[in-house]
Amino acid sequence: MHRYSKNLQQTESSQLGFLEKHLLNDFQHNLPLVPRPFALLAEELGTSEQTVIETLQLLQNRGYISRVGAIFRANTIGASTLAAMAVPEDELENVAGMVNSYTEVNHNYQREHHFNLWFVATAKDETALRQVLQEIEQRSGIAVLYLPMLEDYHVDLGFELQWT
Amino acid sequence: MDMKVTASTSAEQLPAVLDAVDTALIAEIQTGLPLTTHPYAEVGRRLGLDEEEVIARLQRLLKEGVIKRLGVVVRHHELGYRANGMVVWDIPDSEVSELGLCIGRFEFVTLCYRRPRRLPDWRYNLFTMIHGRDRDEVLANVDFLIDRCGLQTVAHEILFSQRRFKQRGAIYHKSQLQKETGN
Repeated sequence: MHRYSKNLQQTESSQLGFLEKHLLNDFQHNLPLVPRPFALLAEELGTSEQTVIETLQLLQNRGYISRVGAIFRANTIGASTLAAMAVPEDELENVAGMVNSYTEVNHNYQREHHFNLWFVATAKDETALRQVLQEIEQRSGIAVLYLPMLEDYHVDLGFELQWT
Repeated sequence: MDMKVTASTSAEQLPAVLDAVDTALIAEIQTGLPLTTHPYAEVGRRLGLDEEEVIARLQRLLKEGVIKRLGVVVRHHELGYRANGMVVWDIPDSEVSELGLCIGRFEFVTLCYRRPRRLPDWRYNLFTMIHGRDRDEVLANVDFLIDRCGLQTVAHEILFSQRRFKQRGAIYHKSQLQKETGN
């Protein structure tokens, strides 16, 4: 598994050129609020606006970028929460699929722990959110830990990527 | 430091500062800005706003911390950061804010939230997400945090991700957004 990951990593790094790397790393938290932001990026990187736009589109198509846009503070609109379940191994696939079937669920991961299924759900308000969790509990017969965010200590400036 | 202050507002204390246009704007851009020469003008065109107003509102939402950042949102896994550890800490309630702020300022930390304990099943009250290219890098980052923030006596566990069943941005529906405005 590790060796496989390393190979993929090398493939990716070699596919990414100067422009791609800088577009991925340098503009995670400071997209200019001017009429032509991509022209400013182009100026900084010594290329054309059209090239910047096309490269961003390509990076998005290839899945390296989920979007060029905003990260919103949690619970600004509607209500969201992290939730956890301790699912027997042989039921995990089924329960994860059932959880995924809710449009309210946007992240869903298996993690190494007794609580092995972790997901994030977002709904219009807390009542609707708890209803989703309750339904998941009833359908699976497994308790759901409700772990809403109480305080955010993170200053989000993006993530420094290293290419070596 | 401004960012820090606005970013650490708890959910209960959030002021209702969003008007109907703000929420429509948030709904419009939640899946990303259009990749065109005039993205803000294009967003405005879809909403019936002019470019200046879109820019001014985004500036305000950033200043108020409603938008934490505006820019390129990368997918860590696809870029070779295949290890992702959710590190959970059991910190005395009186110290959690101070230690949370210490942990939350490091660049390799991508989330740092206080959440409720659920005793007896769940004792941890601080949740941090740490990405690394492999497990060793995540473990080294955790050691670094322990050292820099003085967490030697704090119980913690690292929950590495295994399978990713789903990952996308939250989707807020316009219909539900409109119901919440005007308060």
